[in-house]
Amino acid sequence: MIAATGPVEAFVQSAPLPPRPAPAAPRMAWHEGLFAGLASSAATVTIALLLAMAAPHLLSWAVVNGIWHGGPAACRAGEGACWAFLTAKGPQILFGIYPPGERWRAIAVVVALTALALWTLPPAHWTRRTLIAWIVGILLSLLVMGGAWLGLEPVPTSAWGGLPITLLLTVLSLAIGFPAAIMLALCRRSPAPILRWMSIGFIEIVRGLPLLSMLFIAAVLLPIMLPEGFTIDNFTRALAALCCYSAAYLAEVLRGGLQAIPPGQAEAAAALGLQRWQTLRFIVLPQAIGKVLPALTNTVVVIIKNTGLVLVVGLFDLLSSARAALTDPDWPAPFAETFAFVALIYFAICFGISRYSLFLETRMNMGHRR
Amino acid sequence: MSRSSRRYFARSFVLQLVALAAVIALVIWLATNAVHNLASRGIATGFDFLDRAARFPISESLLPYTPSDSFAWALAVGLGNTILLSMLVAILSTAFGVLLAQARRSHNPLASGLTAIFVESVRNTPLIVQLLFFYSALIFSLPGPHAALNPAPGVFLTNRGLYLPWPMFDHGRWLLSSPITGHFNFEGGLVLSPEFVAIVVGLTLYSTSYAAEIIRSGIEAVPLGQWEAARALGLPERRLFRLVIMPQALRVIVPPMTSQYINIVKNSTLALVVGYPDISFVTATTINQTGQAIEGVAILVLIFLVINFAASAVLNAFNRRLASRVR
Repeated sequence: MIAATGPVEAFVQSAPLPPRPAPAAPRMAWHEGLFAGLASSAATVTIALLLAMAAPHLLSWAVVNGIWHGGPAACRAGEGACWAFLTAKGPQILFGIYPPGERWRAIAVVVALTALALWTLPPAHWTRRTLIAWIVGILLSLLVMGGAWLGLEPVPTSAWGGLPITLLLTVLSLAIGFPAAIMLALCRRSPAPILRWMSIGFIEIVRGLPLLSMLFIAAVLLPIMLPEGFTIDNFTRALAALCCYSAAYLAEVLRGGLQAIPPGQAEAAAALGLQRWQTLRFIVLPQAIGKVLPALTNTVVVIIKNTGLVLVVGLFDLLSSARAALTDPDWPAPFAETFAFVALIYFAICFGISRYSLFLETRMNMGHRR
Repeated sequence: MSRSSRRYFARSFVLQLVALAAVIALVIWLATNAVHNLASRGIATGFDFLDRAARFPISESLLPYTPSDSFAWALAVGLGNTILLSMLVAILSTAFGVLLAQARRSHNPLASGLTAIFVESVRNTPLIVQLLFFYSALIFSLPGPHAALNPAPGVFLTNRGLYLPWPMFDHGRWLLSSPITGHFNFEGGLVLSPEFVAIVVGLTLYSTSYAAEIIRSGIEAVPLGQWEAARALGLPERRLFRLVIMPQALRVIVPPMTSQYINIVKNSTLALVVGYPDISFVTATTINQTGQAIEGVAILVLIFLVINFAASAVLNAFNRRLASRVR
């Protein structure tokens, strides 16, 4: 250490520097960009003209002439959007063919699953208790939907419908697919050749097939391949295909995470005397999953969007219920309003999760910068 | 080899054998059930049905088809439609993707804002909802042939499809055949069915939103110093982009674009939803007609695996050529 004497003192920082403001971003103010050149000005004028042409039509259709109250007659007479259809058919779109008298059960399931999902968002809540709450929540949801229990009227899965089906399929395929994905990812990176090749075979075949074909395959092959007298409902068939799909895709994401963990981590754990299983459980997996959390949440978005495909195997999910509602001959089939409503629900869920994924990514990068 | 690692290998060997035995047992169990079930339902097995006449109509196809053709040819016709659809969408979505990527990167807030809204709303809603929307819009909101929309000369849009002028080879020379109003419908020119228009428009918009983001992130992955250095050398913007930025950006763009093109082929199976006869549609009809689900599914799986491997082989070769040109 240098003794602080004489002229050296002049070069040693004695007090912390005051915080300085960040340099101004070299960005143009938003209005400067509008006419920043010939191409830009042309684009601005074209877009503004198109907007000016389209906006009045859209506004008059959706708002000015929109029909908010009344029945089918009002919609037939009017020229605007038939929002009244959504008010009248809303419950049918949201809950499908679930017996109307028992609808409170479907509502309870949607509320419970949404509440659980919202509770899980802050990383501080990622505890063992939350995991147990999810398992209990999913099992209870299935029991409440199905009934024949605690004096609830039994409702077969063929009568389930709407948003609860969409949410249950998503949650179940993730809950079953995620542990399977961990197994597959570990097998794919294992030195044992038979396990590795079986895992590669499964992942690549599933990823090579369109989900629509997989749903179709599950729908036609499962009944043939199970023993006689053993019936399997549409819900389970669709769920089987979705589980294979999410397991294969999540496994590939997890493999990326496993690859990113330096081998030194496992070696250090072994040097500390941890067993193979303990190394995996406490050292490798937590870090690997942590690294790919944003990618995992993005896969969740893909899986939610894909639940819309189950209508091809005859399940009454949100989209399929909306289509069924449109077939009512009394109403003039306001498809644009109905599909916009369905799209909005999907958008709210998926956009929310994408933003959450971005949040996780920033949070992760902050951890690295520290 | 230490004792513990020898024990580990022995255990791993036993574990692998158990896993293999379990999978083989599962397959045998499923197969026996299938054989038993098929026999009790009186369904034939084998691929003999491929030579029989299909006897179902295919509403439109690239390859010539009549219901008296064989099942094998019907499947080939479906595959032809799938390839036509995927190629068309791949080309269109790449072109629009480049445009949108530039628009989103531009300093023009109107262009970048609108592009962002488009990309986010398309990517965060299911493709199947978009397809059903477009199909319903074409079928229900467009006028009939008598009051056809005529957005450009020779182009007519009705609820029966889109009519376009199309070059035709007639009497030894090329002619531009335009649709003309006939007795009940338009005659001449190129006719695109509402099903085809819906699946092409829907799939193109969906794929464009993905392509735009891939291209944008590829361009943004090129360090800013490259732009600055090229400008310092006095390269004009157009050549700067073509000679300096694009070759480097392509290295980042090509791998995700490869999976995006394969995704287009896979997503094209949603043609089933709007009723365009692609390969999955024809396979589903074949299984319905013959009851031979296992064979039908096997053909479908085989076709998709071949498409996948072919597509990734071609694009990997392209990628290798690209990556080897180190600058």
